[in-house]
Amino acid sequence: MLEELTFGFPILSMLLFFPLVGGLILCLLDDDDLIKNAALAVAGLELVLAIVVLLRFIPDSAAMQFSEQLAWIPPLGISYHLALDGISVLFVGLTAFLTVLIVLYSWDTVRHQSKLYFAALLALETTIIGVFVSIDLILFFVFWELMLIPSYFLIKLWGGGAERQYAALKYVLYTLLGSVFMLVGIVLLDLNYHEWAVTHHIEPSYTFDFLQLLMIPIPPDRQILIFWLIFMGLAFKAPLFPFHTWLPDALMEGPIGMAVILAGIKLGTYGFIRFSLPLLPEASQDGGVVTVMMTLALIAIIYGAIVALIQPDFRRLLAFSSISHLGFVVVGLFALNFQGLQGSLLTMINLGFSTAGLFFLAGFLYTRRQSTHLSSFGGLAKKVPLLATFLLIIGMASIGLPGTNGFVGEFLILLGAFESYWLYGAIAVTGVIFGAAYFLWYYERAMLGPLAQGLSHAIADLNGRELVIAVSLSVMVFWIGLYPSPFLRIMNGSVQALVERLDRGSPVAGPGVHPPVLAHRAHQHVLGGRAQ
Amino acid sequence: MDLLVLLIPVFPLVAVLLNGLLGRRYSHDLAHRLAWGSVGLSFLCAVGVFVETLRTGVAREVVAYRWIFGGDLTINLAFLVDPLTCIMLLVVTGVGFLIHLYSVGYMHGEEGFTRFFTYMNLFMVSMLLLVMGNNYLVLFIGWEGVGLCSYLLIGYYYDKVSAAKAATKAFVVNRIGDAGFLLAIFLVFVNFKTLDYTQVFAQAGQLSTGMATAIALCLLVGAVGKSAQIPLYTWLPDAMEGPTPVSALIHAATMVTAGVYMIVRNHVLYDMAPVAMTTVAWVGGLTALFAATIGLVQTDIKRVLAYSTVSQLGYMFLACGIGAYTAAIFHLMTHAFFKALLFLSAGSVIHALSGEQDIMKMGGLKAKIPWTHALFLVGTLAIAGIFPFAGFWSKDEIMAHAFVHGQYVLYAMAAIGAFLTAFYMFRLTYLTFYGASRLDPHTAEHVHESPPIMIGPLAVLAVLSLLGGFAGVPPEAGWFHQFLHAVTAVGRGGEEHGVGFGLVATLMMVATAIALLGWGLAHYLYSVRTEKAAQWAARLPRVYATLLNKYHVDELYDALIVEPTKRLGLAWDWFDRTVIDGVVVGVGRMTHSGSALSTWIEKYVVYAALNVVGYANHQAARSWRKLQTGQVHHYVAILVAGFFILVHLILAWWGGASGIGIAAR
Repeated sequence: MLEELTFGFPILSMLLFFPLVGGLILCLLDDDDLIKNAALAVAGLELVLAIVVLLRFIPDSAAMQFSEQLAWIPPLGISYHLALDGISVLFVGLTAFLTVLIVLYSWDTVRHQSKLYFAALLALETTIIGVFVSIDLILFFVFWELMLIPSYFLIKLWGGGAERQYAALKYVLYTLLGSVFMLVGIVLLDLNYHEWAVTHHIEPSYTFDFLQLLMIPIPPDRQILIFWLIFMGLAFKAPLFPFHTWLPDALMEGPIGMAVILAGIKLGTYGFIRFSLPLLPEASQDGGVVTVMMTLALIAIIYGAIVALIQPDFRRLLAFSSISHLGFVVVGLFALNFQGLQGSLLTMINLGFSTAGLFFLAGFLYTRRQSTHLSSFGGLAKKVPLLATFLLIIGMASIGLPGTNGFVGEFLILLGAFESYWLYGAIAVTGVIFGAAYFLWYYERAMLGPLAQGLSHAIADLNGRELVIAVSLSVMVFWIGLYPSPFLRIMNGSVQALVERLDRGSPVAGPGVHPPVLAHRAHQHVLGGRAQ
Repeated sequence: MDLLVLLIPVFPLVAVLLNGLLGRRYSHDLAHRLAWGSVGLSFLCAVGVFVETLRTGVAREVVAYRWIFGGDLTINLAFLVDPLTCIMLLVVTGVGFLIHLYSVGYMHGEEGFTRFFTYMNLFMVSMLLLVMGNNYLVLFIGWEGVGLCSYLLIGYYYDKVSAAKAATKAFVVNRIGDAGFLLAIFLVFVNFKTLDYTQVFAQAGQLSTGMATAIALCLLVGAVGKSAQIPLYTWLPDAMEGPTPVSALIHAATMVTAGVYMIVRNHVLYDMAPVAMTTVAWVGGLTALFAATIGLVQTDIKRVLAYSTVSQLGYMFLACGIGAYTAAIFHLMTHAFFKALLFLSAGSVIHALSGEQDIMKMGGLKAKIPWTHALFLVGTLAIAGIFPFAGFWSKDEIMAHAFVHGQYVLYAMAAIGAFLTAFYMFRLTYLTFYGASRLDPHTAEHVHESPPIMIGPLAVLAVLSLLGGFAGVPPEAGWFHQFLHAVTAVGRGGEEHGVGFGLVATLMMVATAIALLGWGLAHYLYSVRTEKAAQWAARLPRVYATLLNKYHVDELYDALIVEPTKRLGLAWDWFDRTVIDGVVVGVGRMTHSGSALSTWIEKYVVYAALNVVGYANHQAARSWRKLQTGQVHHYVAILVAGFFILVHLILAWWGGASGIGIAAR
C-alpha cells in the first residue's frame, strides 16, 4: 500500500520536514529578496506536496493512508509513526495553503529580521503538520509542544502590539499548563496498555501508538479521568470557554501571520476528534461529560458572540467570534452522530478560510491604518472597494450564509446536535443571529456611511499580492459552499468509522479479546478494525 | 424540458459572473443588456416550462447535482416544477424583467451602475432557487440569498448612514426569522429523514398534531421575518433606502412574498396544525390592519407604499391562515403587478422631481407628468380594489373566504383594512398629482416626464393590473384556481370552500362600497376641503403622533432588545477582562511572587528528583533565566514539577497500577 500510494516515497516525512529544512536553508541566505522568494518557494512546494497527498488520498475510506513507521524509543514503545486518514488529511492541506498566504502577506509587512521570521514561520509549519500526521501520541505531543517555540518568538519579536511580550508568555504558559495534564493523560493511556499487556503476556508491553491503544479495553472510570486530563490540554489550546483569555491577547498583540495560524488551524478541537472520541468512547458518551462539554460550548457560542458585538477593535472582535465558532464545533463533536462530527470537521477546515481569512483582511486594514480599531475607519468602502467586497464575502462565510462554506459546516453541526439533543441544537441556533449582528454592525461602521474624518488622503486598494490572498480564500469559500462533494467524500469514511467506534465502544476486557498482533504491523491500519 | 428548467437560474447567474468580475472593463450599455437580457431569457424559459406543465399537468423534478451528503443524509441541488412553481416563476421573471428594463432608465448615470445590475441579477438567481427548489435546503439558499441581495441593495447608497443602518437592520431582523426556519428544517429532518418536499408531504400523515404544529410555527417565524409581518416587519419601511426599482422588485413584488409562497408550499403541514393556522391568520389580519393605520399619515411616498406592502402581505397571510391558499397566491400575483406598478411610477415621480420623496412637497403633478399620473392611478385603483381592477378580484376573494369560514372578526379587520387602504392610497394620489403645486421652485423648473424605457414597462404592468384579475374569474372556479388545484388539493379531503353566487355578489358589492367610501373620504379631505385633514390631525394630536411615529415600535425594540444586548456585551467584556483573565493573571502572579515556594520546588523537587541538573547547572540556569524577561524557564520548571506531582497523585489513586510507576522505567 505504501508503494502504491506514494510511489515508494516517504511523502509524509517529506511533507513534515521540508519546511523545516527549507527554513534552515533560508538562514544561510543574505539577500532580502532572495529570502522572500525562497520562503515562498518552500511554502509553495510544500503546498504542491500537500495537494499531491490530497489527490492520491482514497476518499470514502476509513483507512490510515501513506503510513510510515520506524522505531524511535523501543523500550518505551514510542515510535515514529505517521499516517493520514479522512480526519487529518484536510488539515495538512489547510496548513500548507495558509502558510503560502502568510508568506505572501508578510512580503512587505514584515520589515525587520525577515530571515528569522520566515524561518520561524516555516519551522512552525513543520510542527503543525507534525501534529496532524502523528499517530504516535508521544510524537504528537512533541510536535504539540515544539509549536510553542516558533510561536513564542513570532508573537514576541514580530508582534505589533505594545504588550506582545506579555501576550507571548501568556500563550506559552497557558498551553504548557494544559499540556502537563494532557501528558499525564497520555502516560495513563500507556500504563493502561501496559497493565493489559502484562496480564496477556504481550511484548512489547508499552506503546503510545494510537492504533494499538484503540485495540485494548480501557475501563470506563479510567476513561473519564483520562478524558478530563486530555481535555485540559485541548481546551487550553482550542481555546474553549473559560480558558480563552490568552487568545484575544495573542491575536491582538501578535503578528497577523500568527493570528491566522491561531485562529485558522483548530488544533484543540482536532485533538478531540482525533484522539479523545475514538480512544475514550465510553467517556465521550458519558452523560456528565456530554453535559459539561455542551454547556461550555453553548456558553461559548452566545458569550463569544455577545462580547464580539461590542468590540471596537476588529481583531478582538474576531477573537471572540473565534471562541463562538469553536462553541459550534464542540456542539457538533458532542452530538456524537454522523452529521455532527462531519459538520465539526468541515467547520474546523472552514474556519481556516473564513476566520483566518478575516484576519488577513484585518491585516490589510492594519497595513493601511496601523490599527484595526473602529476609530481609524468609517466609510472606507468608497476608498477601498475591493477590500470592502472581499471583507463582505469572507464575512458572509464566517456568519454561515448559504452558498458559502460556513453554511455547510454550521448546518451539519446544528442538524447533528438537533438529532441528538434538540434543546442544545435549538440554543445553538441563536448563535446564527448574533453572528450576523456582530459582523454586519462592525462592517457598517467601518466600511459604510460617509468617509470618516482624517481619511481624505489616498488609501490604496488591494495590491496584487493581497488580491491573490483574497481571491484564493474566496475560491475556497465558494467551492466548499457550492460543491463540497470532494471534501465530504474525503472525510466521510473516517467519520463513519468513528461513529461505529462510538456505537461499539472500546473493546471489552476478557479472555475472548484478541490481543493486537504487534509483530505484523500492517502498513494500512483501519480505525477500530473496520475493513474497507 | 429538464434543460429548460436548469437554464432558468443559469442565465442570470452567468450575467452575475460576467458583470461582477469583468463589468468594470466594458461599457454600461453592455452591462445592462446582459442584465435584462438574461432575465428575459429566463422568462422565456419559464414560459416554456409553464406551457409544458399546463399541457402535461405533471410535476417534474430535476436534479442538478448532489450537494451535501453523508450518513443518512442526502441533499441535492434539485428543482421541482409544479403549477405553484410555474406561477411564481412567471411572476418573478416577468415582473423582474420589466423592472430590469425600467432600471436602465432609472439608474442611468448613477455611480455603480454595473454593481446595481450585478446585485439585481444575483437577486434573480436567489429568488429563482427559492421558488424552484425541490427541498427545504435549496429553498433556504434562495431564502438567505435574497436576504443578502436585499442587504446589498438597501445599502446601495452605502455612504448614506441611514441606508447603511437600514441594510444591517434588514439582514439581522431577517436572520431572526431564518433561525426559526432552520429549526423547522431540523424538525422536518428528524421526523422524515429527508428534506425533499414530495417525500415529506407524502409521509406527513404520520406526524402528530403537536409535531406538525411545531414545524408549522417554526416555519411561520421564518415567514414572518421575510414577509415583514408583526412582530418582525420593522425592517421593511427602512428598506426604502434602496433605489426605487429595488423597492419594487424585492420589497414589493417578489422577495417579501416568499413567506407566503413558503406557507402555501407547506400547506400539507399547516392543514394538520389548526393552532398554527389560526396563528397565521391572526398575524396576517393584525398586520393588515396595523400597517394600514400607519400608512394613513406617512408623508414619504415610498414609505406609504412600504406600509401598504406590509398590509397587503397581511392579507395573504390571512388567506393562508384560513386555508384559502389559492386566494393567497392569487393576491400575491395581482399584488406583484400593481405594487410594482405603484413603486415604479412613484419612482418616475421621484425621478421627475430630482429625488424628492415628500408628498407634502408635491401636488399638481398631473399636468406635468400625465403618463406617470395615469399609470399611478391605475395602480391605486387596483390596490384599492375598485372593480374590475386586479386587486378587486383577489382581495375580495380573501375577504369572502374569511366571511364564509365564519371568521367574522378577521373579516371585519380585513374590511377596515380595505377601507384604510383605499383612503391612504387616494390620499397619496391626491397629494401627489392634484391640487396646487407645493414644489419648491428650483425643483419645479426641472420636472420632466420619464423616458420610454421607464414608461414602457409601466404600461405593461398597468395592463396586468387592469386585466390580471380575470385569471381568477369567475371566483373560485377561474383558470387560476383550476391550475393551482393540483397543488393546493394535496392532502385535503375535499375542495376549498364553495361559495354561493348570491353571497359572492353581495360580498363583492360590500367590498366595492368599502373601497369607494375610502376613496370618497380621501377625496373630501385632500381635494374638496383640504384644510380639514390638518384640523383632524390637530384635534387628535396623540393619535396622530403615535401613527406618525409608527407606534414607537422601533424605539421599543431598541430599548428592550438592542440596547440591553449591547449592555450585556459590555458587561461580559468587563467580566472577561477582569474576572476570568483576572483569575488567570492572579494565579500567574501568585506563582511569580511566591518565589520562595517556587524556588524551593525548583531546587528540591525538580532538580533533586530528576537529578538531571547539578548545582552548577542550576546556577547557570539561574543566570540564564535572569536574561529572560518573561522567565519562561521559571514557569517551565514549575510545570515539570507539577507534572510529576500529578502523575504520582494519580498513580496513587489508580491503586492497582502503582507497581508500574515511572521508576520502573
